[in-house]
Amino acid sequence: MTSELISLTAAETASKVASGEVSAVEVANAHLDRIGAVDERVHAFLYVDREGAIAAADAVDKARAAGEQLSPLAGVPLALKDVMTQKGIPTTCGSKILEGWRPPYDATVTARLKAAGVVILGKTNMDEFAMGSSTEHSAYGPTHNPWDLDRIPGGSGGGSAAAVAAFEAPLAIGTDTGGSIRQPAAVTGTVGVKPTYGAVSRYGLVALASSLDQAGPCSRTVLDAALLHSVIAGHDPMDSTSVTDPVPDVVGAALRADVKGLKIGIVRELGGEGYQAGVRQRFDEAVTILEGLGAEIVEVSCPHFPYALAAYYLILPSECSSNLAKFDGVRFGIRVGEGDGDPSIEQVMGRTRAAGFGDETIRRIMLGTYALSAGYYDAYYGQAQKVRTLIQRDFAAAFAQADVLISPTAPTTAFKLGEKLDDPLAMYLNDVATIPANLAGIPGMSLPVGLAPEDGLPVGLQIMAPALADDRLYNVGAALEAALLQTWGHPILQEAPSL
Amino acid sequence: MSTSTADAVVPYDEVVAEFDPVLGLEVHVELGTNTKMFCGCPTEFGAEPNTQVCPVCLGLPGSMPAVNATAVESAIRIGLALNCKIATWCRFARKNYFYPDMPKNFQTSQYDEPICYDGYLDVDVETDEGMKTFRVGIERAHMEEDTGKTSHQGGATGRIHGADYSLVDYNRAGIPLIEIVTKTIEGTGKYAPEVARAYVTALREILRGLGVSDVKMEQGSLRCDANVSLRPSPDAKFGTRTETKNVNSLRSIERAVRYEMTRQAAVLRAGGTIIQETRHWHEDTGITTSGREKSDAEDYRYFPEPDLVPIAPDPAWVEKLRSELPENPAVYQARLQAAWGISDFDMMAVVRSGALDLVAETVALGADQAAARKWWVGELTRIANDRAVELTELPITPADVARVEALVGEGALNDKLARQVIEGVLAGEGSPDEVVAARGLAVVSDDGPLLEAIDAALAESPDVAEKIRSGKVAAAGAIVGAVMKATRGQADAGRVRELLLERLGVSE
Repeated sequence: MTSELISLTAAETASKVASGEVSAVEVANAHLDRIGAVDERVHAFLYVDREGAIAAADAVDKARAAGEQLSPLAGVPLALKDVMTQKGIPTTCGSKILEGWRPPYDATVTARLKAAGVVILGKTNMDEFAMGSSTEHSAYGPTHNPWDLDRIPGGSGGGSAAAVAAFEAPLAIGTDTGGSIRQPAAVTGTVGVKPTYGAVSRYGLVALASSLDQAGPCSRTVLDAALLHSVIAGHDPMDSTSVTDPVPDVVGAALRADVKGLKIGIVRELGGEGYQAGVRQRFDEAVTILEGLGAEIVEVSCPHFPYALAAYYLILPSECSSNLAKFDGVRFGIRVGEGDGDPSIEQVMGRTRAAGFGDETIRRIMLGTYALSAGYYDAYYGQAQKVRTLIQRDFAAAFAQADVLISPTAPTTAFKLGEKLDDPLAMYLNDVATIPANLAGIPGMSLPVGLAPEDGLPVGLQIMAPALADDRLYNVGAALEAALLQTWGHPILQEAPSL
Repeated sequence: MSTSTADAVVPYDEVVAEFDPVLGLEVHVELGTNTKMFCGCPTEFGAEPNTQVCPVCLGLPGSMPAVNATAVESAIRIGLALNCKIATWCRFARKNYFYPDMPKNFQTSQYDEPICYDGYLDVDVETDEGMKTFRVGIERAHMEEDTGKTSHQGGATGRIHGADYSLVDYNRAGIPLIEIVTKTIEGTGKYAPEVARAYVTALREILRGLGVSDVKMEQGSLRCDANVSLRPSPDAKFGTRTETKNVNSLRSIERAVRYEMTRQAAVLRAGGTIIQETRHWHEDTGITTSGREKSDAEDYRYFPEPDLVPIAPDPAWVEKLRSELPENPAVYQARLQAAWGISDFDMMAVVRSGALDLVAETVALGADQAAARKWWVGELTRIANDRAVELTELPITPADVARVEALVGEGALNDKLARQVIEGVLAGEGSPDEVVAARGLAVVSDDGPLLEAIDAALAESPDVAEKIRSGKVAAAGAIVGAVMKATRGQADAGRVRELLLERLGVSE
């Protein structure tokens, strides 16, 4: 029974709970048991809220018994990235500096999940403050890829992706600043969506780079992602950058799954050199499948994409240096060195930050502080914003030729833990294909398109759509997913070694 | 340490003979909105520390600001009243610096895109050649949030250095502020201190008229920083400036500017250089002392606030706000001055004492303008100064003053009694009529008791009575005085004199 319950999709689980075939408490328990059985090795979770999860599941069962109308994801367990606040539950962002902090409020995403009867199992591991592509920059130790425990699960949302891939939860919330939902999805054989910037409220999402951050769904199927997307999206007055447009019908699009007559653009600059052979092979096969489904394949060029990575690594550190200034030991989190000598407040702030932040965080704070300094601002931050505008224009031109754009999500499959830890530039290159969407604020999805022949590890394909046209991702993704499933005969995660 | 020794100064007339002052004034106004700039917390003054806070104004991880629309409206109205241009598109910016009373360690402010810019305010100053108008250019007026309030406990100075520990109250964090910055103010010559004061006075009247702030300098809802520099002549380049903070009254602005000019002149005369720094004004000793050094190199790493969307006020809305502005105080003043028929000098006295609205209201309630001015600008201003409060904070209203004047007009009170009634009202004894009743302060208008008193006085001084009878009417004063004394001042002296002369059968 347990293994059956954990292998269900979110849609199936919700329907079984709604019909009374299983109780939400049984579902929650099955997942908590699974976490108990495998998470010691995967380390997807930083905190498991057993009591809260059971209580939430019980409330769903009671509501059902009382004849109340259940929302479409009621009783479905979910893993919440530790960058999102949940009232009373430890929220560390993968950092020592927030150790012990229990937020006094729910993020808007958290509140919407709770209101929808989604059962939050706990908080997932991540690179510190969402900076990284491997989850190795977590102060609490890395997460391991369920496909190969010696490999990285991607980052920064490696915990959320691994939890879904390891059947510890059918759904997870990730956040994506430069690829932190999509790249982990690609290397774990799961689905991850970064919605249009502003589609999902950032209130309660501990900011890395405010102009780039966006929360979104992680799941094992495109439909499940769409169901979660429609729960968390929508305008929020607490986040003035959240869009006021109605949420597109993403669930309808996932059910439609029809690409006939659609123009799909392959981005010339995202592929080729630097991309692993097996990644290219699976990508090319997927293109052939899409063509076979009736889509028209065109090649588009985005000439400024080669500058995206450089622009990103100026904008992100700049905003991050300011966003992370509040972590000073005065109001929350740890405080270091207060009793050592007779320190000034500045010294205590300095000691707290030096002890509380990891190397990568400090590196980016210093980069950003420098880039925003008087005399350097125009050359760095200002110039990067111009590149951002050019990338937006590239996308506008490309979307004039195609309804959606596609590329490999990441240049390689999952690499070994420790392999790139001492080489920040090599690490940064993992996000080369995902960053442009963040710079332009457009939505992107990664879904699995097979295993690379050379290493047997999952390969992800990225779909990008114009801002506010998130539904196109789900339509194309669901069509491709269905065709691949037919080819494979079973979901790809069944090929992962059992844990 | 820093407060112990006063700096050398040069006599003011020598300063202005040798140097040309240049000013720049920064005024911070706390808006009187019900809620804070970026969250829904209340803004009431004086609540228990850290009771008016939430995740947003505490800067908790994950929280985000949302702009208070009323604050934007107030900012635009202030800009319009100061003849500013209103930006069609502007943004907030982050001013990054670490300080424990700054919850996010950056202040959400505006930088190179203020909502209001390029305006002016004309102010009148009494000069040797009569009243003269100075135009003070407004560089910008922008929106920002206030910081929390730190109090340093222990130690001798109340400053952070030497304190045992510090307490932070975040109730003030996030209160909406408008910072109004002047262009450099040149060409004032020796009237620089007066122009500074007149500017803040006029600005305060405008803000009061707009109803956007309670503009209480002593509570910090209107704060002024004065930048002062000296140069050898009006065509020389600007000297190094200092920024004097903690200037908490109109009088202090004038004094602080004057002091800083005399101090800088002494430094320059001695061949020294002015250090660009923040200085603190000390109300009690009337001097400024050095604060932290503030160089242009101080780097706030401003960048556009990515958590807020740009503000693009609808031009039609701006025009609507413009059309609804209250009358400009200067126009209002000119209108009242004409109606009252008083001199520029008398009008200045009313404005400077901050009594304009009070006098106008008192007159509107029927009092004579001269009487209303006498009370508010004379008697009551003196009392307010003695009590170190604002005129408006005295427990007396224009209606009270108008009623006292009405009683005087009816002959029910004379001047001396009227003063006693005002005293009673200020002492909390009730309305003027209640004070009159309770203290028994009516003018004795019944002739009977007066005639008795007159007869008694005449009997006491038969020689004087004889003098008056013989035509020396001037001697009547002594008898009138005696009667007034006997009636404890409640008699109408005019009537006493009439009755006395009648009694003795003489005429004037």
